[in-house]
Amino acid sequence: MPKVTIDDIEIEVPDGTTILQAARMIGGEVVPPAMCYHSKLKTSGGYCRTCIVKVEKGSEKDPRPMPKPVPSCRTTVMDGMVVRNKTAPDIVEARAGIVEFLLINHPLDCPVCDQAGECDLQDLAYEHGKSHSRYDFQRRTFEKIDIGEHIKLHMTRCILCYRCVKTAEQITDGRVHGVIYRGDAAEISTYIQNVIDNDFSGNVIDVCPVGALTDRTFRFKSRVWFTKPVDAHRDCPKCSGQVRLWEKGGEVLRVTARKDKYGEVESFICNECRYDKKNASDWVIEGPSKVDRHSVIGANHYENSVLSATDDRQQTGLPHGKKVELGEGALNPNNIY
Amino acid sequence: MSKKLLLQHIDVPGINTYEVYRKQGGYKAVEKALKEMTADQILEEVKTSGLRGRGGAGFPTGMKWSFLAKPEGVARYLVCNADESEPGTFKDRYLMEKIPHLLIEGMIASSFALGANTAYIYIRGEYFYVHRILENAIKEAYANGWLGKNILGTGYDLDLYMQIGAGAYICGEETALLESLEGKRGNPRIKPPFPAVAGLWGRPTVVNNVETIAAVVPIINEGGANYANIGVGKSTGTKLISASGHINKPGVYEIELGLPVEEFIYSDQYCGGIRNGKELKAVVAGGSSVPILPKELILKTAAGEPRLMSYESLGDGGFQTGTMLGSGGFIVMDEDTSIVKNLYTFSRFYHHESCGQCSPCREGTGWMEKILKKIISGNGTLSDVDLLWDIQSKIEGKTICPLGEAAAWPVAAAIRHFRKEFEEYVTNPQNIVDVKHYYRVNNLAAV
Amino acid sequence: MNVKIQFSEKALASVNEIIARYPADKKKSALIPVLHIAQAEFDGWLSAETMDYVASILEIKPIEVYEVASFYSMFNLKPVGKCLLEVCRTSSCWLMGAEDVVRFIENKLNIKEGETTADGKFTLKTVECLGACGYAPMLQVGDKFYEFLTLEKTEKIIDNLDSTGKRSTYNGWQTGKESEIIMNRVD
Repeated sequence: MPKVTIDDIEIEVPDGTTILQAARMIGGEVVPPAMCYHSKLKTSGGYCRTCIVKVEKGSEKDPRPMPKPVPSCRTTVMDGMVVRNKTAPDIVEARAGIVEFLLINHPLDCPVCDQAGECDLQDLAYEHGKSHSRYDFQRRTFEKIDIGEHIKLHMTRCILCYRCVKTAEQITDGRVHGVIYRGDAAEISTYIQNVIDNDFSGNVIDVCPVGALTDRTFRFKSRVWFTKPVDAHRDCPKCSGQVRLWEKGGEVLRVTARKDKYGEVESFICNECRYDKKNASDWVIEGPSKVDRHSVIGANHYENSVLSATDDRQQTGLPHGKKVELGEGALNPNNIY
Repeated sequence: MSKKLLLQHIDVPGINTYEVYRKQGGYKAVEKALKEMTADQILEEVKTSGLRGRGGAGFPTGMKWSFLAKPEGVARYLVCNADESEPGTFKDRYLMEKIPHLLIEGMIASSFALGANTAYIYIRGEYFYVHRILENAIKEAYANGWLGKNILGTGYDLDLYMQIGAGAYICGEETALLESLEGKRGNPRIKPPFPAVAGLWGRPTVVNNVETIAAVVPIINEGGANYANIGVGKSTGTKLISASGHINKPGVYEIELGLPVEEFIYSDQYCGGIRNGKELKAVVAGGSSVPILPKELILKTAAGEPRLMSYESLGDGGFQTGTMLGSGGFIVMDEDTSIVKNLYTFSRFYHHESCGQCSPCREGTGWMEKILKKIISGNGTLSDVDLLWDIQSKIEGKTICPLGEAAAWPVAAAIRHFRKEFEEYVTNPQNIVDVKHYYRVNNLAAV
Repeated sequence: MNVKIQFSEKALASVNEIIARYPADKKKSALIPVLHIAQAEFDGWLSAETMDYVASILEIKPIEVYEVASFYSMFNLKPVGKCLLEVCRTSSCWLMGAEDVVRFIENKLNIKEGETTADGKFTLKTVECLGACGYAPMLQVGDKFYEFLTLEKTEKIIDNLDSTGKRSTYNGWQTGKESEIIMNRVD
């Protein structure tokens, strides 16, 4: 089993482990942020470049450093490898640059975006970005469209992570959408007016790290942080039936897959569970969800979340000297830009 | 007269046809390779020759070939990269147009050396008339027994096909090329795995530039050691240089590596000097992505040595004072040239050609183009110049494929060597002829 | 799928010949050359219907064709004029006066770049480096490269295209039929 050292912490990992996975095994601040990698999707990752790290020593056998930063999600650990993430100032600076690139054409419309509060880009900007953008040209925009009765595509917000394309290819049986055009004109699209519709199509919403693909049945129903997530299950002939219900005042506003602490889906769910089972009585309730993300979603009233958010920040200090005071709205996502 | 290895018969009438090419000694390398040599012997000759990839990266060809995985029962491929699209480069087109059988001969000998029974030539889509020339030449080669089953009775089979692109610079990157050859978008793959292990359809593949494959022919005919005697140091053999811009004799020249740059620019044998009696201002020596150098640094190194046309001499001084041989796309600019405007055409190019897969390139290339447009239209500020510098530094080295560097380096070099010109653009735009020109041709009110 | 369009026999023969160049289970590899043929067959551009037809021939999903067709700059996803004038504008061509050629054509045809003349005869487009840097400035019309352009020469080329009235699309795949090199060089 190869040993790897990340930010001065050594860990032994199974063969074939990537740097990102190894960092996640260590946990805490050494974990690079990842926007396009998704543990449940094959060949995902490598595109957004937010998880880049510095390899100071390639391996015991070949100790030469790697000439450029590498995407930790797509780079396999070698025995004796030495990696720097947070402890390499040039990586911190490069990542801030990548965050800026991801944001120059993003509409920053968090106040009207359903994803606000559970948005990976919001977290990324908050934790790894800088307080202002130097981009003063017109941002690119796209018309928002409905792709089927359940999914809203708001291409302007998309960061082209390819997760939804890979989901459609790997989880569903008939991909009808993809990435068309190229360069900064590239967009997620069905090209001709088409409907993404099959039993598992709703999963593209859950894998979207931003508010580009949202659930039309939940649209503008509530800010995410005013809903209460509970884990629940049912006997489903199509999928695992293990879901997360988002409740408000006893009403189920939304059903999603359960996500892990990195915002990645644990197991994909079918459309019947997602859209057709919106009564609490459809489900066996397991209890409050542990929303363990140190993100803005953790600000208000989720079980376990406030404490862990506070702890994380106090231990490590926030980037760029941001101080957090936990008060009503202090971490309101609408205030972070 | 310097030695020519690729273009020595270029002026023979009808050299593009099989009969004439054969009469001039064509296909002797295939005879020698298939009948007298083993695959390993050819590989050794290529290694001995010191041949380096002629597409731009300059990686030793013999070493690249030796990386090819050879699992039992798995087909492997040779793919020729004829997707020539680096601005300033048109040598492969010239070679394929004038002497197509040289490429085919090189493909056969190289495929034999690599143990490939199928090979493809991926040629850029816009070269329509070249497609026809190549298709005809391939047909002629089949008709005369150089391709197909049991070539020369040796039991070696090879099928050679042409595949055309459809307008995408990125397909010159070898993994994007393979994607395109598989009928997909030209998105570069994340490496590893390298094509030598998992290339075309996941099978071991070598991708080589047109000129590299053509050079295998003289290496087999004359021997690797003799090839290595030509040139200078680790820059062995000859190189095709595409010369363009403000010179008296633009065109493709075969030079022995090591030729002084000054001689190349001013000798009547080559570029014939700057046209209209103007002074030289700057040169982009190896295709648009390599750093531009001002006159004093392209003719002499920082140490005052004459600059030579070789990988090492052009690279002398690193990017601070040197550049790269690259693909040999030699763009010459006279004293009246606006470096800023030229850079704008480069940045527009890279923005247009970014595949859009990874964020630094997708977002950064367009941003740089926008800033440069602002500057050339007379609306830039000093902070824009610093911003440009910072953006290019945040693209370089952060992308999936080398297009990031290709887009960043020209910006860095232009600012490094011509910062004063940028400053003049943003502080006194009214004085810049080019800004006035911009307003005139766009029917806008002057600054 | 209700496909109404159909390749000509000649085109279909080319398509089948191209498909045979790849392993039997790798038909998709023929996509780009087949799209070139389709564009030449069906009025110089690729409609959704044309792309669906190509998808059915190669046994792939329509989205796989849209993704590819929209990636490459030579595929037109909207109708274009009978003659597509493509003027290279990158470095070497710019150094040698490509901008003046573009403005000249704009004035002559009374259109801006990216536009098509009212009679549908000409579309003007600026393109990135076409590998004619040493013969700059240059203009591509269909499968022809016109090089060492002057304004007078450009005018003659356009007048000539105007009088023949033929569609100058990329000529698809004509294996071995024509070896004639059509170049207009001033050496």
